[in-house]
Amino acid sequence: MKITTELVDYVSVLSRLKLPEEEKVKMAGELEQIIGYMDILNRLDTSDIEPMSHTFPVKNVLREDVVEDFGGRAALLSNAPAHDDTAFLVPKTVD
Amino acid sequence: MSLLDYSALELGRLIAADEVSVREATRTALDAIAAANSDNNAFITVLEEDALREAEQVQAKLRAGELSGPLAGVPAAIKDNICTLGVKTTCASKILGDFKPPYQATVMERLQRAGSVNLGKLNMDEFAMGSTTETSFYGPTKNPWNLGHVPGGSSGGAAAAVANRECWYALGSDTGGSIRQPASYCGVTGMKPTYGTVSRYGLIAYASSLDQIGPLARSAEDCAAVLDLIMGKDPRDGTSLEAPCGHLLENLSADLTGKKIGIPVDCFGDGLDPEVRAAVLSVADVLKERGAEIEEFRLPIMEYVVPTYYIIAAAEASSNLSRFDGVKYGWRAENYEDLTDLYNKTRTEGFGNEVKRRILLGTFVLSTGYYDAYYNKALQVKAVIKNAFDDAFSKYDLILMPVAPTTAPKLGESLSNPLQMYLSDIYTVSVNLAGLPGLSMPCGLDKNGLPIGAQLIGPALGEQKVLDAAYAYQQDTNYHQKTPVGGAKE
Repeated sequence: MKITTELVDYVSVLSRLKLPEEEKVKMAGELEQIIGYMDILNRLDTSDIEPMSHTFPVKNVLREDVVEDFGGRAALLSNAPAHDDTAFLVPKTVD
Repeated sequence: MSLLDYSALELGRLIAADEVSVREATRTALDAIAAANSDNNAFITVLEEDALREAEQVQAKLRAGELSGPLAGVPAAIKDNICTLGVKTTCASKILGDFKPPYQATVMERLQRAGSVNLGKLNMDEFAMGSTTETSFYGPTKNPWNLGHVPGGSSGGAAAAVANRECWYALGSDTGGSIRQPASYCGVTGMKPTYGTVSRYGLIAYASSLDQIGPLARSAEDCAAVLDLIMGKDPRDGTSLEAPCGHLLENLSADLTGKKIGIPVDCFGDGLDPEVRAAVLSVADVLKERGAEIEEFRLPIMEYVVPTYYIIAAAEASSNLSRFDGVKYGWRAENYEDLTDLYNKTRTEGFGNEVKRRILLGTFVLSTGYYDAYYNKALQVKAVIKNAFDDAFSKYDLILMPVAPTTAPKLGESLSNPLQMYLSDIYTVSVNLAGLPGLSMPCGLDKNGLPIGAQLIGPALGEQKVLDAAYAYQQDTNYHQKTPVGGAKE
């Protein structure tokens, strides 16, 4: 299928990426080549096949919820580009 | 002879007998790394002081009789996508350039408990996305056999460091061949165990349904010893399996009597380098001498494995990498107008091209209107691939095939054509899709003196079978002992 720069724009918005104009054209071409190749899968009739998420038959294992104190708030915050004593800092989102 | 000429297990025995100190071993490795890293760039972070301090602690425990395993005191190096408490873990990305994990990956806890010493963090493709270690933000790693060639990827630093005798073993991760392919290009033994047998807790996720940690080492025997340390159920990884583990080394057997090994003819056709073909097929002759029965069979799925893999891996990557937003950890863009702009600029400037390509591809195959045609279709084909392997393993104990179509390409040849690079993963990705154990071992050198690897694949939880065959092969050949420096060990 044809991958237009408009489609690249749309997928970029969903991905929280913003490519410069000149990269967009290149990316559209590369994605078109890759996605075109993926159409090989249509040679295979899979109409009767269940999609497989897990390779092995794993089942949910339930247990009582137990609260475990991580206790490492300072360590967690120390990796943030902006923080105060208790929270991550981000630009104001609500006026 | 340098201490680095010993295998991990041999060094472990010398340390246990108190003939070599952990500090001496650590010092030797650190010196080798310092001498080589400006040439091959295998390490992103070298833990000079930390490693020597850790060595003293391990030595004290050994003297107190608190450590006894076969690898106690043997230093290791760790791929930089495995979280190490307080030690920079970059995933070879700008976006995680200063990230110091506030916790230890389960595999690191297990290595520490066994008396390992962490020498440093190894270079890789950014977020493990690449087949050459050229997508690293910190520059490419170079193949120690020929510095003009790539070491493979994404665990290229791990393969290069082990091949170049800068450490005795390393931990890598394998999502579509990222342990096995660099092991092949660098002439070392590397194994991806069955999905779910090694905890992924603390492994920075690329494609969670495919990612698995495993060892790169000098031999199948050393790989068995490392797997004994790191395999096992972990309640912190929801996909961790309840399965027997911990006895691979003691159960190693070179007797392959009655073992049936299948050779998929579909993997030896067009596109496979003739020298690689001949070297891999010659492995069958050696295994036959050890008692195995060899038979050719059809595995009629090979044309589907690469597209299926890249759809699923990219889809999972686009979701997993959404956590990198410049808020909770890592790098943040400098100038932004609002929160959305902060996200956009941080991610656009923080991720490299290959990572962005896979995020966009993954977002596309999951998006409304394309989900069924691509993502859902890939999950259906995944079932077909899994069934093809189930059929094969109803007849055979093991499958023998190439690891990669060629030996290591030259630096700079692969990134210009992403699709071409993806296609070179054809022999490794199906193993991840089916969740199987796969091992790469050296089986020859090409006319340019670059290593060739052969791949052994086993049924789910068939680690012992895979390691036994590789161990048997390595009893009768010495390709695994060949080295780019100092000549082969006698």
